[in-house]
This record gives sequence, structure tokens and C-alpha cells, in this order.
Amino acid sequence: MMNAATSVREPYTPKEAVERLRHGDLGAWPVVGGLIAIAIVFGSLNEHFLSPENLTNLALQMAATGTISLGIIMVLLLGEIDLSAGSVSGLCAVIMAILSERLHWNPLLAILVALVAGALIGSLHGLMFTRLRMPSFVVTLAGLIGWQGLLLYLLGSGGIINLPFDGFVAKLSDTWLPSWAAWAVTAVLVAVYAASGLIGRRRRIAAELPVTAAWWLATKVGGLAVVLAGAVLVMSADRGVPLLLVIFGTLVVALDLVLRHTTFGRWMYAVGGNVEAARRAGISVTRIRVLAFVLSSVLAAFGGILSASRLSAVNQGSGGSDILLMAIAAAVIGGTSLFGGRGRTYAALLGILVIQSITNGMYLLSVDSSVRYMVTAAVLALAVAIDSLARRGSAT
Amino acid sequence: MISARDISKRYGAVQALQGVSLDLPPGEVVALVGDNGAGKSTLVKVIAGAVSPDSGGIVIDGRPVHIGNPHDAQRLGISTVYQDLALCENLDVVANLFLGSERRRFSVLRHIRMERSARDLLTSLDVRIRDIRVPVAMLSGGQRQSVAIARALIGEPRLVILDEPTAALGVEQTAQVLDLIRRLRERGLAVLLISHNLADVRAVSDRVVVLRLGRNAGEFRTADTSQESIVAAITGAAA
Repeated sequence: MMNAATSVREPYTPKEAVERLRHGDLGAWPVVGGLIAIAIVFGSLNEHFLSPENLTNLALQMAATGTISLGIIMVLLLGEIDLSAGSVSGLCAVIMAILSERLHWNPLLAILVALVAGALIGSLHGLMFTRLRMPSFVVTLAGLIGWQGLLLYLLGSGGIINLPFDGFVAKLSDTWLPSWAAWAVTAVLVAVYAASGLIGRRRRIAAELPVTAAWWLATKVGGLAVVLAGAVLVMSADRGVPLLLVIFGTLVVALDLVLRHTTFGRWMYAVGGNVEAARRAGISVTRIRVLAFVLSSVLAAFGGILSASRLSAVNQGSGGSDILLMAIAAAVIGGTSLFGGRGRTYAALLGILVIQSITNGMYLLSVDSSVRYMVTAAVLALAVAIDSLARRGSAT
Repeated sequence: MISARDISKRYGAVQALQGVSLDLPPGEVVALVGDNGAGKSTLVKVIAGAVSPDSGGIVIDGRPVHIGNPHDAQRLGISTVYQDLALCENLDVVANLFLGSERRRFSVLRHIRMERSARDLLTSLDVRIRDIRVPVAMLSGGQRQSVAIARALIGEPRLVILDEPTAALGVEQTAQVLDLIRRLRERGLAVLLISHNLADVRAVSDRVVVLRLGRNAGEFRTADTSQESIVAAITGAAA
């Protein structure tokens, strides 16, 4: 029974902790461990790997594919897949470039139209999946080829559109926060995190609910402060914190808040966990599914625009080659389950960090791309194996 | 009181129900028993709004009501716990209890309010779960069944229909669930229990209604009836 005194949630006994692990509740620890291992290995093999310049480049390289990966997470949460994300990102970047460069539209308007195009593509995928009951694999495989075709058609014989270096779009990836702004953002983030933790704790005490121990809250706040401050310190030693990273980080945090604190997010997890239960509970499964595909394509479109900004151009290869596989791999490596219902948006951040560090590190060591592909594949296979084992643990 | 009156339902050549009636007064556990194909599931589906009867209907407090779909039934205070539990294993207990009827302000979830009510509800039902914020996948079968039953109470229903609630459970967990059913009765709810297990039926029900080949085949006060007479009514042997 509850008494008036505050009850503190007891830490798990070792047996319960093992039980949680067996049920796939690994959290982010394997990835964090992997990142540390990567830092040690590449850092000792090449003195440039951990230099501020290279780490800042890494942050800059992550944003585009990371954003696409966020979209992939939205459909993975439902236990579906979106193979068209790469093509859609390229196509929408081309639409943006044509509007702003060939037709001389305002760049913001061009970006907006490209995102709307992404939303339309996503709803088309969603409707084909829900109304025609086509497997998402096939719908988006058709999308992968079809939207690539439309991209080639729109680009026409020119094959490339350059974005001026001083234009709005290209400037996106060449804007750096001055160090006072970076520190201010860091301070605000840590303060907001600490305040929300304290307020939440106080409200739980008022409602006579068990709370986590104060030292754990303090540890989490301290950990966040250390990680953010470290990142700002490193990047300020070079050119500063890139705006692209701030945009990507904002998307990750905002989508995580939506998934955890709104009915829409709750219903996403419910549909991913047990479609039948969600339907019986009166949730409109069709609407959730269409929305997930729309989100996936819009985020892909935005990722494509960020990528075009980095390259200051769009061409026939935009959104092609290994971008899609990198995005899916990042989501899974970061801890999103392929079987639906499990994962958070931070998976995109952590996963892309792993993949991009490996790629970046092997570039520095001038390893052949053949080896790079094989190593990336091995990491992906390992992540999926962990996911599958975790699922088998929870099924028994 | 919720009653089913003269329900008939035909599926093609099969007459699943023929003129079946059933009274479900508040504060009483009624067990619905019968052999496979006796029409139990069809009758439950009619009451729960999943199937429309060919003739006859549901009467609540003497007034005929129209139940066209499960949503109508829920609105009228009829809550059903199906045999497959329909829980989301990846969500925690609180999320499962409130699934589809989350407490929210605009569309922002009110976590603390929901957790508080969940805790109060589970405490009042004497359901013991150490941490209600772990995923349901980590609970035992009996705890899951208890969560599923508790979930049926979120909409403040008048009638709870339990479809084979003990079918997949061990001895101790069955006892837990039967206790829970007794507490539903103490709350003044009408309970309709569908079960194959006559031991459970005798342990927990006040009245037993027997269906045979789609018709009413006897009604007994559990306390005054031997298991043999119930079996005889189920099989159709002369009692």
C-alpha cells in the first residue's frame, strides 16, 4: 500500500536486470560501447581521426543521411519498411533545385514545395499500402525505381543543377554557430532538461507516485551537460557548431517528444506492437500508417535538401548509391527494431554516428571502398542479429 | 439490468442461435457454458456488437437498444475481454490500460494522471504488479490477464464479458483471476463468463446458463446444482 512518504523506485536486482536484457531492453548501451571502441581503434591508427577538424566534418556529414534515417524509423516503428527514401530524397532535392534555380523562385518557397511533394509521395505510398493492401516492401520498392526515374526525367539532358555557393540553400551547410551562441544553446538545453526532470519529479511526489532517485536524475543531467559541452568544445576549436547539426538535433529531439508525449506517438508504438489490439482499442490504424509513410517521405525530402546543400548541386546520382542502405542501417544499428514497436529517434543520431565514423575513419586510413562496404555490412548484420535475438527472448 | 431477448442468428445453413434469452443483473456472475458449436461465441458477439442478430435484441433496463457495432456496445456500458488478450506487449501497463482512451490535454498525454488512476484501479482490484511502467511482455500470464480485465473497467462499464479468461493459465494464476472476477461482482458489475472449465464456473459463478445446439438448455443456481446436472444439460443426456 501507498503511504504518505515518498517511495523511491528501487533499482533493479541483478536478476531483473538480466531479465530486462533478455527481453531486448538493451537501450543504447551496445551502441555507446561501439562508438567508444571505434574512437579508440581509429584514434590510435590515425592521429587526425579525433582532431577537431575531422570531428566537425563528421558532424556535418551526419545530418543529411541522419534525417533520412529518422524517416525510416517512423515506418520501422510500425514494423514496415520504406525502400524509396533515397530516391524520394533525390527527387525532392531536384524539385527544389529546379524551382529555385531554373524558375528563380524564392528558395524558402522552393523548399516548402519540395517538402509538400514529399508529403504527397508519402501519402501515395501509404494509400497503396493501406487501401490496396500491397506489402510496404513492394510499394516502396516500386517507389525506389519510379521516383528515381522521375528524377532523371526532370533533370533532363542537363543532368546537373548547381546551387550558387552564396545562395540560401548552400549557405545552410556553411553556417556555423559562434561559440557564445553554442554555449548559450548548451546551457539552455541542460537547464530545460534539469527543470523538466525536477518538475516531473515534484508532480509525481504530489500524486504519490514512485519516483526515481534524485542521484540518478542528477547523473543524467550531469551526463548530458558533459556530452554537450564536450561536443561544443571540440567543434568550437575548429569552425564552430555547424547549423546543419543543430537542425538535425532539433528534429531528433522534437520527434522524440512527439512520439513519447502525444497520442499520435503512443498509437504509433501501439500499431507497431500489436495491430489487432490497436484496432480493437478504437485506434484508426489506417490513419496512423498513412501518417507514418508521409513522415518518412517528408523527412527523406528534407534530408535530400540538406544533402544538396552540402554538395551545392543536384545531379543524376542525388539520393542514389548507398544513401538508402546507410539510412536503414543507421536506424537499426541505433537500436530500432525491424519488427516494429521498439526504438526511439535517438537511434538515428547514434546509428548514423557509428556508420559515419567507420566510413570517415576508413577514408582517413585510405582503405579501399570494397573493404568499407564489407565492414559496414558486418556492423549492420551484427545489429540485426542483436535485434532478432532480443525479439526471440521476448517471444518466449 | 442488461438482457438478451429471443436472439436468433443463422449463418447460411447453420442455425447458430434460436430464440436464446439471457438475463445479466448487476452484481451477479453468470457463466455461459455449452459444448463446441452450442452458440456461446455467437451470443457473446451479438451482445458485444460484433454480430447483428436476425431477430431479437438487447434490452437495457426494460428499454430495447440498438447495438450496431462494438463501439455502440461500449457506449452502452458493455465491455468485452477477448480470449487473445489484445495487449500491446511493447507498451507498459499504464499505456495498455488507457489504450485508445488516453487521458490528454489537446493531444499531449497526461502521464501522471494516467499512472495515478492505473495504480488506484489495480490496487482496488488487488492486482499486484511491482512496477507498472515495465512493458507488458515482462509480466506473467496471470498478470497479463488481470491487466486485460482491468482495462475493460476503464470506461466504467455495467457489464463485463470474459471469454475463456483462465484457458491459458496455471493453477495459481487461475486462482488470481477468479479472485479478480469476484471483486468485479463486489463492485456491482454484471459479469458474463464464458468457460469450458466447470471447476472454475462452479467456483466463481452465481448462475449457470447452458446453451445446446443454439437454444437455451437449462439454467441453474450454481450453489444448488451438482456438476453432473450441468454436464447432463450440456450433453443433452436426460438429467
